[in-house]
Amino acid sequence: MYRYDQYDQAMVDARVEEFRDQARRRLEGKLTEDQFKPLRLMNGLYLQLHAYMLRVAIPYGTLDARQMEMLSHIADKYDRGYGHFTTRQNIQYNWIKLEDAADILADLATVEMHAIQTSGNCIRNISSDHFAGAAADEVVDPRPYAELMRQWSSFHPEFTYLPRKFKIAVIASEKDRAAMRLHDIGVRIIKRDGEVGAQFYAGGGMGRTPMIAPMIRDFVPLDQFITYAEACLRVYNRYGRRDNKYKARIKILVHELGAAEYIRQVEEEFAHMLTVGVEPPREELARIAEYFAPPAFVDGPKTVDRSDPDFALWVDRNTHRHKHDAYVSAVISLKPAGGIPGDATSEQMRIVAKLAREYSFDELRVMHTQNLLLPHVRIADLHAVWTALDEAGLGAANMDTIEDIIACPGLDYCSLANARSIPLAQRISERFAETGRTEVVGELKLKISGCINACGHHHAGHIGILGVDKKGKENFQLSLGGSEAEDVSLAKITGPGFDEDGVVAAVEKVTDVYLASRTEGERFLDTYRRIGMEPFKEALYD
Amino acid sequence: MTDNLGTSPDEVQFRFRDDEPVDHAAVTVDSCCDQTNATAVRIEPGDDARVLLPFLDRLALVEVNFPAFGDGRGYSSARILREAGYTGELRAVGAVLIDQLSHMRRCGFDSFAPDKRLDEEDAARAFATWENVYQRAADGRRTIADKRHEA
Repeated sequence: MYRYDQYDQAMVDARVEEFRDQARRRLEGKLTEDQFKPLRLMNGLYLQLHAYMLRVAIPYGTLDARQMEMLSHIADKYDRGYGHFTTRQNIQYNWIKLEDAADILADLATVEMHAIQTSGNCIRNISSDHFAGAAADEVVDPRPYAELMRQWSSFHPEFTYLPRKFKIAVIASEKDRAAMRLHDIGVRIIKRDGEVGAQFYAGGGMGRTPMIAPMIRDFVPLDQFITYAEACLRVYNRYGRRDNKYKARIKILVHELGAAEYIRQVEEEFAHMLTVGVEPPREELARIAEYFAPPAFVDGPKTVDRSDPDFALWVDRNTHRHKHDAYVSAVISLKPAGGIPGDATSEQMRIVAKLAREYSFDELRVMHTQNLLLPHVRIADLHAVWTALDEAGLGAANMDTIEDIIACPGLDYCSLANARSIPLAQRISERFAETGRTEVVGELKLKISGCINACGHHHAGHIGILGVDKKGKENFQLSLGGSEAEDVSLAKITGPGFDEDGVVAAVEKVTDVYLASRTEGERFLDTYRRIGMEPFKEALYD
Repeated sequence: MTDNLGTSPDEVQFRFRDDEPVDHAAVTVDSCCDQTNATAVRIEPGDDARVLLPFLDRLALVEVNFPAFGDGRGYSSARILREAGYTGELRAVGAVLIDQLSHMRRCGFDSFAPDKRLDEEDAARAFATWENVYQRAADGRRTIADKRHEA
């Protein structure tokens, strides 16, 4: 994986000192809270309901054992012994004191980590396919391209005060495991006639106005990659709406202009930019790519002993095909039935770090589904890995099932929320685990947001739940048919909302309809797409 | 049409040029396009900096106004002018704060007239924040990637 050289390290160190100075000026009254706010946000520091929250960047979700141990250390030293992994492959700490923030950033910098641009109206941490470098179906490892973009977007002088936040995802396979088309810019690295290039999508997003990004260019040559991205951003910075923060994302600009007009403007700017010469030297991508050279895989057994049914189930559910046939990628579920989606204790983080060191070439991933991943595990080692995970409460065999819920922090933490997402996720996963229905239902992605900002990705859930405030009471709207994957679609609302008990029952009812209607091999989403909303509505409201 | 909306040289707190400052006020972009003798112009966030490109030869001062510090359009305006070869004074005026100075400098601004005077020491530190830079921009600095791969 990528390693800082003296320059990268100096940039992060300089940022820590800059933030320390900003905090000092805030305390001395030289900065108003209004002036300080964007500065602390660009260092990942939010003010939530009860305390400051610090969001630490995990670029394209990749980290090593030493870094995970530092995250564990921070949870113990500055927080309450746990952290929350997020849908953009980052980690959040919910109980941070402002006066500790600069010290935390300094601690992070010792292990090549930071909280730069994890918030604010700037280009955010770049996300990617969590199976990058391991997946059997990728064209190339997308992470070198994401790292090139990380460097380009860090402290970008022109794009630090954008109309609104800006999220970029980079993938390199037909399968989309990063919700690529629901990002402000989505990039798919492709090969055309043997040449590697980048396909660009722009104007996707969730939030209160969900949109699927249209393709804006089918092939950008690699030696123009950053130049093209710069053109996309410049058009957005100049013409994105600034009169209304709810209409300021690039999706609104692309929608209001129309994709064709946005493309025309970008192409014009791109042609100009090519004459300016903003592209990094070609050798830079090659230099970065060397860090992502595959580890030294060795041949070994390709099957496991399935005599323990619990282990066999975990292998079936939680492992993913690897490009080397003696290995798999193993998902570490942070979704124990009844647990808080995405939360891990400091002790669990230490255990995961140790497993990465022993069994996965010192590499870990954070998944956008709020789970962790050991990307390269020998099939021969799977039983040992599973045993250790199970002992640590990390052995839930539920990847992509209804227990694998994405949920935002909701009203338990967030000052924007209208409803609590976490207790609802806990109840649903507990209920399906108890009744044994999880396995019967199979793949079913359920996503919960506690307000219309959609941090819990409810628009992209096979089943989505949105918490709203209805005359002072929490109310939950149910929607069906969303997908964040290559078959991307936006979920549709079933009808009137439910209270908490009601929505748990409603989720069971829609799975009843699915089970009664499905044909061989159909997922919930496939059945919904085939039979439509009506049968589900009848079951829910008649 | 107001002709005296510009900052005076007295209000310029930082200037990284040796030539004589323009001694008259800037005009709006619209007036600039109509008037053949204006040498100083002020760009508002909604103005398209590119309409000035035919007039760059006669311009000695372009002020880019930041009515609110969170409105980043002026950064693009500045770079566009520098990319087009403008070599005159490029002045950031209005809500210019300490923590924007280094980015503004990178986008090609070479003078600064903040509406509230900035602490000199804090500003000096801010201008020197980045010993190295990742992106090619209007200041022509060699980037980290350039340095990594220089022969």
